[in-house]
Amino acid sequence: MAVTTQAKLDAQKLRADFPIFEQKIHGKPLAYLDSAVSTHKPRQVLEKLQDFYETSYANVHRGVYTLSERSTAEYEGARQKLAQFVNAASPREIVFVRGATEGLNLVAYAWGLVNLEPGDLVVVTELEHHSNFVPWQYMAKRTGATLRMIRLDDNGELDLSELDRIAGEGKVKVVANNLVSNALGTVNPIEKLSAWAHAQGAIMVVDGAQAAPHMAVDVQALGCDFFAFSAHKMCGPTSVGALWGRLELLEEMEPFNLGGHMIRKVTFEETTYGDVPAKFEAGTQPIAEAVGFGAAVDYVTEVGLESIEQHEHDLAAYALEQLGEVPGIKLYGPPPERRAGIVSFNLGDLHPHDVAQVLDMEGVAIRAGHHCCQPLMQKLGVAATNRASFYLYTVPDEIDRLVGGLHKAQKIFS
Amino acid sequence: MSDFYREVILDHYKNPRGHGAMDSPDATAEGLNPLCGDEVTISVALADDGETIDEVKFEGRGCAISQAATSMLTEMVKGRSATDVATLPKEELLEEIGIPLTPIRLKCALLGLGVLKVALHRAKGTPLPEEWAGLANELEIS
Repeated sequence: MAVTTQAKLDAQKLRADFPIFEQKIHGKPLAYLDSAVSTHKPRQVLEKLQDFYETSYANVHRGVYTLSERSTAEYEGARQKLAQFVNAASPREIVFVRGATEGLNLVAYAWGLVNLEPGDLVVVTELEHHSNFVPWQYMAKRTGATLRMIRLDDNGELDLSELDRIAGEGKVKVVANNLVSNALGTVNPIEKLSAWAHAQGAIMVVDGAQAAPHMAVDVQALGCDFFAFSAHKMCGPTSVGALWGRLELLEEMEPFNLGGHMIRKVTFEETTYGDVPAKFEAGTQPIAEAVGFGAAVDYVTEVGLESIEQHEHDLAAYALEQLGEVPGIKLYGPPPERRAGIVSFNLGDLHPHDVAQVLDMEGVAIRAGHHCCQPLMQKLGVAATNRASFYLYTVPDEIDRLVGGLHKAQKIFS
Repeated sequence: MSDFYREVILDHYKNPRGHGAMDSPDATAEGLNPLCGDEVTISVALADDGETIDEVKFEGRGCAISQAATSMLTEMVKGRSATDVATLPKEELLEEIGIPLTPIRLKCALLGLGVLKVALHRAKGTPLPEEWAGLANELEIS
């Protein structure tokens, strides 16, 4: 964990930036505890989108006219902001994608389909979101490679003692893991896994969707090869994300989507491809959304990633303490010092849908379901959990209202 | 709150009617909503005329809506003809439940009825109506 040098975050003050909090839900103020699935958007991002459409919009990399140049400058400017945001060696290492899911699919197809062979091992973890699990399961089946799992211990943390045993079973080609688990909030030891992956001659693919919004990310320090994340989980628009990849890997990879803009020369006989990142950006991109992504980077950077991380740790610790006193509650995941602002739980035998429904009537929004982690739910022996997740605008009062709602649910169903 | 978890729903959830299994049912089926883990198994005993529903039992676990709706269903269909129930419009059950349901919760509410329809159509050798085939597939009813 980074040592906090930034100022303590004032969530109550930041809430004023988010128009969504101006409304009431069922007559009560909105307590939004589902930021892990998607965050709300501050005025600064919404106004940037509006302004861009009104003053600078045109397709990028196409026209010679003024608007096209202006639009291209904004779009490429966003790429530079993203490069700086994750400490990429060059903006060329940032590929705009529809979201983390598309970024991970890009790697699975453009790298996995070409490089995986029968007998190779693809190593994922029991903690993965479907977006970093299903593409690898599919690609392993398709290429004849074998999918292996790094198991979880009882704390919901990866059991790295199994790595050597896995390495003895075949040639490890891919290691895929999330930096932060969306289901349990576990912060995973990517540096260690990257080093191990490289020692096996494998690539390290990181799902950063849950990490990028919540902590300072340095892809070079993580030592990974790919890192995918989404704008909508960090105050930005939907339908845009970024895939960071090591330049030398991106350059040797096959393209993913084929079509306009990604080419160098097309004849009736054959096509040569453009340079990275254009090679991976076929067709008209989500231009305004990418510009909005840049504005979201500015916003969270201004608040300060270290402050956000500390704020979430404080909230997670508070939530674990308060929730821990609710009779019959079962909390999942690691201790607060090794978790992001996510708390999953079940309340006795009450089904999460019923719990979430009661909470909704109180204006408290939480997630109830499998969190796109069905293998993990299988491991935990449950069909679903409740999940409360926090962000820079979350205040302790919302957690108190969550706890109050849980007592109410127990009363209703007892 | 009382709008959603009406007293009658809570009562059926806490004291399910027709709860249990049957030794040799004339019709049976089970369903599982993979999205939320709601499970329901229904067994039906027919009277000697081979048509009248003599007894309905269910076992299951899941949310209050899925379990209460199935409990209410067992009361609704007892004594009616199997053919009628196999073609029973879902609106009849939904009116009985009597609360506004979002698309996600609608599946919870209809799990039991879907299971019962599959059981009865299979026992009678009649095809499941198109309207229910998609739901039966989604809710893994067999």
